[in-house]
Amino acid sequence: MADKVELWRWTESRWTNPDMDWKGKLITSGIDVGSVSSQAVILADGELYAYSNMRTGSNSPDSAMNAINWAMEDTGLKLDDITYTVGTGYGRVNVPFAQKPITEIACHARGANAIYGNTVRTVLDMGGQDCKAIHCDERGKVTNFLMNDKCAAGTGRGMEVFADLLGVSINEVGDLSLNVEEEPDPVSSTCVVYAKTEATGLLREGWPTNKVLAAYCSAMAHRIITLLERIGVEEDFAITGGIAKNVGVVQRLEKEVGIKILRTEYDTQLAGALGGALFAKVLHEKGK
Amino acid sequence: MIANYGYKDGSGDYFIAIDTDRCNGCGDCVTACPYGVMGVGPDENDPLSDDEVAFVTEAERKKIKYTCAPCKPMADRPPLPCIAACPLDAIEHSW
Repeated sequence: MADKVELWRWTESRWTNPDMDWKGKLITSGIDVGSVSSQAVILADGELYAYSNMRTGSNSPDSAMNAINWAMEDTGLKLDDITYTVGTGYGRVNVPFAQKPITEIACHARGANAIYGNTVRTVLDMGGQDCKAIHCDERGKVTNFLMNDKCAAGTGRGMEVFADLLGVSINEVGDLSLNVEEEPDPVSSTCVVYAKTEATGLLREGWPTNKVLAAYCSAMAHRIITLLERIGVEEDFAITGGIAKNVGVVQRLEKEVGIKILRTEYDTQLAGALGGALFAKVLHEKGK
Repeated sequence: MIANYGYKDGSGDYFIAIDTDRCNGCGDCVTACPYGVMGVGPDENDPLSDDEVAFVTEAERKKIKYTCAPCKPMADRPPLPCIAACPLDAIEHSW
């Protein structure tokens, strides 16, 4: 029997800045242990030096260790060389080597400010298991926030379920969903379980895969808009987290909100860990 | 900062919004709430600030629809204890 391909499995990655030498610099790090993915970001004197992005296992402390070890791979860095570490995400209190845990709300605002620039006022973090709408000022300080973690609709995990159901790699969902002649009605937007049932029905009716994906991406965009309505959207508007990589959701959201969403070359999943590492630097300098 | 604690589910929006710029961390809401929904401590979403502010306790954030229900009868609704206790009008309920 052929090996079963796990279609929901997104690409893990790591990166080191080849032009930078960390020796003699202040090393700080941020570890974002989320429900689905874990990231480690290492800064040298406040500048991005290395990162890793991988799946979270069943054990948060192990996931944190794996993430930081992968980020430090081949750099010659050891855990002892890191002066200050901030833990964030769902597993933030389970990062054994962190000096301080900080909420992902604060870290994502700070990280988005660094990734997208200080003009960002609305940050939508679309993570694996929850969705957060955040307003922040020019320093990346939170001014208003709202979180929804009681519902899987509008989360990365929901998208993984659909990728699996339709036999499409999670990395291709966005592009495929845009490849439709006419935008179909969205599927049920309040529950992933029911949305999946509905999608199975649509497939039985003979809908092509990309049309079903379009209906789901559109449902997700709708779902998020109802959340955004509570706090409103101010320009500039940016998205962090894994769903920011899904053009199918991003473009539909952009169309419905009527505001341009900022794009970036950065890995959007890094925002939380990057914010954590930036806080780590400030906290160390303040002696906290 | 407006801190919206709570959630949205199939039945509606359940959020307690605390204006941390108004809140001075006096803790009157904590003593006023009969069900331990409110707490006071460092602002976890503003790690660089030393001020203490009110928040909705972690254990209650996902069930305030039910915990707050006894204070919200359908008819003759009295002022909510937390809102009435706040001298700075820093608390709002969305439902």
